[in-house]
Amino acid sequence: MDAQTIIARRIALELREGMLVNLGIGIPTLVANHVPEGVRVFFQSENGLMGTGPAPEEGMQHRLLTDAGGRPVTALPGACTFDSAMSFGLIRGGHVDMTVLGALQVDAQGRLANWMIPGKMVPGMGGAMDLVTGARRVVVAMQHTAKGKPKIVTRCTLPLTSVRPVSLVVTEMAVISFADGAATLIETAPDVSVEQVLAATEAELRVPSRVTQMQL
Amino acid sequence: MRTLTLEEAVTKIPDGASLMIGGFMGVGTPERIVDELVRQGKRELTVIANDTAAPGVGIGKLVSAGALRKAIVSHIGTNLETQQRMIGGKMEVELVPQGTLIERIRAGGFGLGGILTPTGVGTVVETGKQKLTVNGKEFLLEIALRADFALVGAFLADYLGNLTYALTGRNFNPVIATAADTVIVAAEHIVPVGVIAPDHVMTPAPLVDYLITNT
Repeated sequence: MDAQTIIARRIALELREGMLVNLGIGIPTLVANHVPEGVRVFFQSENGLMGTGPAPEEGMQHRLLTDAGGRPVTALPGACTFDSAMSFGLIRGGHVDMTVLGALQVDAQGRLANWMIPGKMVPGMGGAMDLVTGARRVVVAMQHTAKGKPKIVTRCTLPLTSVRPVSLVVTEMAVISFADGAATLIETAPDVSVEQVLAATEAELRVPSRVTQMQL
Repeated sequence: MRTLTLEEAVTKIPDGASLMIGGFMGVGTPERIVDELVRQGKRELTVIANDTAAPGVGIGKLVSAGALRKAIVSHIGTNLETQQRMIGGKMEVELVPQGTLIERIRAGGFGLGGILTPTGVGTVVETGKQKLTVNGKEFLLEIALRADFALVGAFLADYLGNLTYALTGRNFNPVIATAADTVIVAAEHIVPVGVIAPDHVMTPAPLVDYLITNT
C-alpha cells in the first residue's frame, strides 16, 4: 500500500454516520474513496456544495458543478448548493463535523502551518484558516517527512494557519493525537516501529505503554 | 434596472475602478464581462474576488492583460502569474481568509461596519487589526468592504432583473450584488417574469442596475 493510500484509509476510519465533512485538496481528497461500507457522510465543498459526489462519467461534466479545486464533480441525492457566506457560516459556525487538510508543518502543541512559505510559495490561505478555526474536528493528512526532514516539529517556523490545535495527524508512519494538548503517538503503520516514528519526528512525542497498529 | 449591450455596460467602468467579481476558480464568473474589460484595455483596476483563477480563465485574463493594480482575494495558488506579478511588485495582492472576505463583503452590503471573527487570531492575519474579547473569546475586527461595481454572473435573470444562480456558480455572486454602487449582471438566460418563482429568487431585482443583453 502506498503512503497516500495508507493515510486516506486510516482517516476514513474516523468517519461516522451522518457527519458533514470537508476534504482539502491533495491527499485529503482521497479519503472519499475509502468511506467504510454502511457509513453515510456528506462531503462539503467550500465553493458551495454539500453532498458532493464522485467525478462524473466522461461527457457528463457540468461547467457549473465543481469542487473547491475547480474539478467537475457530481451531486448526490439530497445535495444542496449555497453561496460562500453560508458555506463559511457552516465552517466557522461549528456545523462541519470534521475537516481533513494537508500541512507543511505541525508543532508539538498541534498547531498547523499550511498556507505559505515566505519568499518561496504564497498561494494564500483560501478557506484553510476558517476550517481549522471552526470545524469541530481537524484532521491533518500528510507525509511524515518532506525530503527527509521531519514535518512534525517542536515549533512551526512557517506562518501558522490557526492557533487552534488540530485533533489528529495521520501520516504513512503513524497516528498522532493532540486530544489532551500534547502530541501522543497512538498508532503506527504496519511494519513501522515506534523507534522509526520517533526518529522521523522532531517534536517530542508522548508514547503510551501500548501503541496499536493501524487497522487498515 | 436597465438593459445595456455588453460594450455599453463595460464602457461605464472607468480605469482605476474597484470591482467585485463573482466566481470561484472561474466558475460563476461573468466571463463575457471579463473579456470585454480586456478588449477595452481597462487599467489600474482593483479586483475583490475569491481568487484570480488561472491564466486564460476568468479573472486570470485580467491579470495577464496587466489590467489590475490590486487584488483582494483569498487564494492565488492556481495562478502563478499573479504570484510572479506580486513578487515583482507589478501588482499588489491582499490575501484575506475566504470566510472573512465574504463576510466583509456581506457587511459592506448589509449596512454593517465590519464583523468579528475568530479566524486569523494569533496568525499574521491579525497584524494591524483591533482585537476584541467577547464572552471571554478573542475576535478580530474585520472591516466592511464595498466596491464601485459588482460584476455578477447569474444563471437566470427575468425581465425585471430578479436573479438565480446554478449549482456551484453561486459562490460570491449574490453577496457582491449587495455591496457595490453599481451592479452589472451577465446572465446565461434572460427569461419572462414569473419563470423564477418568488421562493427561488436569490437576488431581488432592485439590487440590479444593469442587465447585459444576450445576443
